Parts: sequence; structure tokens; C-alpha cells
Amino acid sequence: MHSAEIEELYRNESRKVFATLIRLLGDFDLAEEATHEAFAAAMQQWPEHGLPDNPASWLVSTGRFKAVDTLRRRAKLNDLQPELSRRLAEIEAANHSVAQQDIEDDRLRLIFTCCHPAIDPKVQVPLTLREVCGLTTEEIARAFLIAPSTMAQRIVRGKAKIRDARIPYTIPLLNDLPSRLEPVLSVIYLVFNEGYSSSSGESLTRADLSDEAIRLARLLVELLPDPEAMGLLALMLLHESRREARMNVDGDIVLLDEQDRTLWNQDFIAEGSRLVEQALRSRRFGVYSIQAAISAVHAEATEASETDWAQIVALYDVLFRADASPVVELNRAVAIAMRDDIASGLAIIDSILYRGDLHDYYLAHSARGEFLRRLGNKDQAKLAFKQALALARLEPERRFLRNKIASTESD
Amino acid sequence: MKYMLLIYGAESGWTEEEREACMIESMEISEELEKQGKWISASPLHSVTTATSVRVREGKQQITDGPFAETTEQLGGYYIIDVDDLDEAIKVAARLPPAKKGTVEIRPLLPLPELPAST
Repeated sequence: MHSAEIEELYRNESRKVFATLIRLLGDFDLAEEATHEAFAAAMQQWPEHGLPDNPASWLVSTGRFKAVDTLRRRAKLNDLQPELSRRLAEIEAANHSVAQQDIEDDRLRLIFTCCHPAIDPKVQVPLTLREVCGLTTEEIARAFLIAPSTMAQRIVRGKAKIRDARIPYTIPLLNDLPSRLEPVLSVIYLVFNEGYSSSSGESLTRADLSDEAIRLARLLVELLPDPEAMGLLALMLLHESRREARMNVDGDIVLLDEQDRTLWNQDFIAEGSRLVEQALRSRRFGVYSIQAAISAVHAEATEASETDWAQIVALYDVLFRADASPVVELNRAVAIAMRDDIASGLAIIDSILYRGDLHDYYLAHSARGEFLRRLGNKDQAKLAFKQALALARLEPERRFLRNKIASTESD
Repeated sequence: MKYMLLIYGAESGWTEEEREACMIESMEISEELEKQGKWISASPLHSVTTATSVRVREGKQQITDGPFAETTEQLGGYYIIDVDDLDEAIKVAARLPPAKKGTVEIRPLLPLPELPAST
């Protein structure tokens, strides 16, 4: 048993152990401290005595004993405050056997606690990243482009709300589940997108975020085989399957129709497609499942030219009925351009922009520029790309648009 | 865990019949909670026109008519209950008739062991 192995165990198990300790101790800070102490004890004992049969259970029970010690010390210091001694008695009476299934459930409990509707939506995602995924406050602040001190405040506020308002640490009952599941799914998808759409700077950390989101969704699907949870997992797997192809060696964006499809991860595609079918068969699917179905149609085509655009337009029609947002309308317009002709797609994009919707959305101007270019309207195309450039925030996006402007001139 | 449920609503938004039905339903909920050992106290408040605000500034007492908050929803009553957690408090709050027209704000009571015990 080497310390490197324990470190790997720490990476894989620490958040599970932490989640279970929160349930047993009812206190985030105490659980955090106990998790660290349990691993410190493991570092001392395991190299000598070998690995226990169930390391996670060992860590949980060690952490619990450490926490009881801490509480005893504090209780003495505080002259046995009734609140502290009550909690001490509760924890000491807690069940000694900790099954593996319980430990997995605890992570899901923790997600539902962090995404409780009584917590500010702005706080839900950072809190989930911090407590469930174990990211540091600095990493989360960087991902959200805000000051670490502001992020720390949000996380502290969320933890205090859970503790002081006593938000229960449970997976909601079946009849509450639909309303409670939605923020959990959207938090997981936000975590994924944070790792998927942003490409500059801390790309490593952000790829981790996508992996983490997929892992959380897998856990959710395993414990609650809800069709939308399956749809979300499928959607993320299908997106993730293209990670290697989305960017060339220079770090430039490669659009879907120009990607080298041999770089797509076929295992992810197979798993994602299987999940989509399962979700759609349930007939209780929603927006994630439909988006995953669209992504699966793209994945089926070995060449961009073989894409079944008619099916994609049909799926966008279904999606638009479920979620009549201008972004969905824009994507549908692009699919129509591919199925019918560019001019029809362009007309729809123009009408969306004319309404004033998506005026600040760089992808709307970028798509418009591309269609104008293909129709041979170079001046208007350049103008549209320039508008998109003024709105794009990430460096690879901006490079992509500058290249478009340059190549439109030389067409 | 003790919670206070603060009931806010527009005072003019109720007909006499609605007010009466609300009162009966609220009493039933109180009695049900009482039987479960979860009820501590509850009461409607007189209209906001009866309210008086007191402030002491630099040792001088200032008394004014009404609360200053210029909101359409006024505090109209409260419950104090003792339940397991926030989800249970939310369930009680959602059953209170004023939740359909106004807002029920849930606030956990901050335990203060130094306070004299209530009888």
C-alpha cells in the first residue's frame, strides 16, 4: 500500500465519504474536517496494516469517530451546551453499518440538498461544484469569471442556509421528484457546459468539469431511471464524443460539418444512442431527450453530407413545441437551410433578429453571415461576421470569426 | 426545529366569505398540528391600519402610524410550528389558505438557550 495508491483512493472516494459524513453528522464543516482526518488516519494505518475490505466504509466510520472526538472536545469547552450534546448523542446512536449503496445514495442526497429550491439558483451550481464535485472555491470562481471572494461568499451563504433553515438531506419522495429533479438536471448540464463550451485558458480544469457532470448523471440514472435523466446523460455523452474533433491542433474551432468523424468516440456514441432510444420509448421524455435525439442523428452520419436533415428538422419541431425559445428557433432555421435551401433558413434567421430576439447572441449573426456568404453576398456576410465578432467573448470564437471575415474577403 | 411562518397578503384582496373560510381552515390546520405536537402558536393580526411603529433615536421615542413599508402585501398573521426540517415546514406553509393569494415566508427560529423557558 503506497501513498500514491491512497492518493488515488482519495481522488475517487473522498467526495463519497464526505457526502455520507454530512448525512451522519448533519454539518458540512464538521464533515469536511472529519473527511480530512479519516484520510490522515488512512495514510498512517494502511501502509502498515494493508487496505481494509471496504475502504469507503472504513473511512466513513473512522471519520465519524473523529467527529465524535471533536464534538466531545468542543462540548467540554462550551460547558456542554444542550444543542451540542444533543447532536453528540444523535451521532453516537447512529447506525454502525454503512453499506456501499448507502454511500452512493448519499452523493445523490447531497446534490438534491445543494439544488433545493429554497437555495438561490445562483448559489446552487457553485455549491454543487464545491460540495459534490470537490472543486476549490478558486477553481469555481475562475470558471464563472467572478472574484474568489464573491464566490466564497455565495458558497458560505448556501451552506449556512442548509444548516440554519435545516434543508433536509434526502432524496425527495416520488411525488415531489419531478419538480425537484429539474434544477438538479439543469445544474448537471451547466456543469457540463462549463467544461464543454469554454476552451481558452484553463481547458484542463474544464474538461474535468464535463467528466464530473457525466459521472453525476450516471449516478442519477443508476439510482433513479428517469427518462429525462437518461436523456441528459445521452446528450452529454454524444457531445463529449466529439471533444477531440471540435478543435484542430492550433486550438481553432472546427464546425460539425467539417469535423474528422473518425475522431469521434464511438463508445460514447453507442452508449448515448442506446440511452436516447430508452428515453424516447418511455414517452415521458422532455427537452434533454429530444436534444440528445438530434445529436444522435448527427452521430449516425459517417459523412456530413449523409446527415438526415429531414429527421433533424422534425425533431426541432418537437423541441420547439416543448421549449419555444429563440435559440431553438435559430437551430431549427439552420436545419431547414440544410434540408431545403439556404435562402429559406436565412429568411427565418432574419425574422428572428428583426423581432429583436437574439440580437446579442453571436451565433445568430455568425450563422447569418455564413448563409449570406454561401449565397454570394460578400459585403453583407462580412458585416454579419463583424457583428458576431463584437459579441463573441472567448478567444477561439473570436479567432474563428476573424478567419471567416478574412476568407469572405478572399472568396 | 422551530419555524415561524409569516403570512403576507393584500388586505383588500379578500371577500368576507373568503376571510371566514380562511379562518376556519387555518383553525383546522392548527388543531391538526397541535395533535401531532407540532403547533406552538398562531394568530391573525388586526389590519395594518391598527399598526403603530416605535423607534428610539438618541434617547428620544418616536411613535408613528403604521409600518413604513410601501408594499402591496402586508404582514397579516403568523404561525410558529415545530417540525423536522424545511421540507415539512414548506408542506405546512403550502396548506395555509393565504398561500394561494399572498406569500408565506418561512423563517427558522434562532435558538437562544439563555431565554426564559416558556410555560
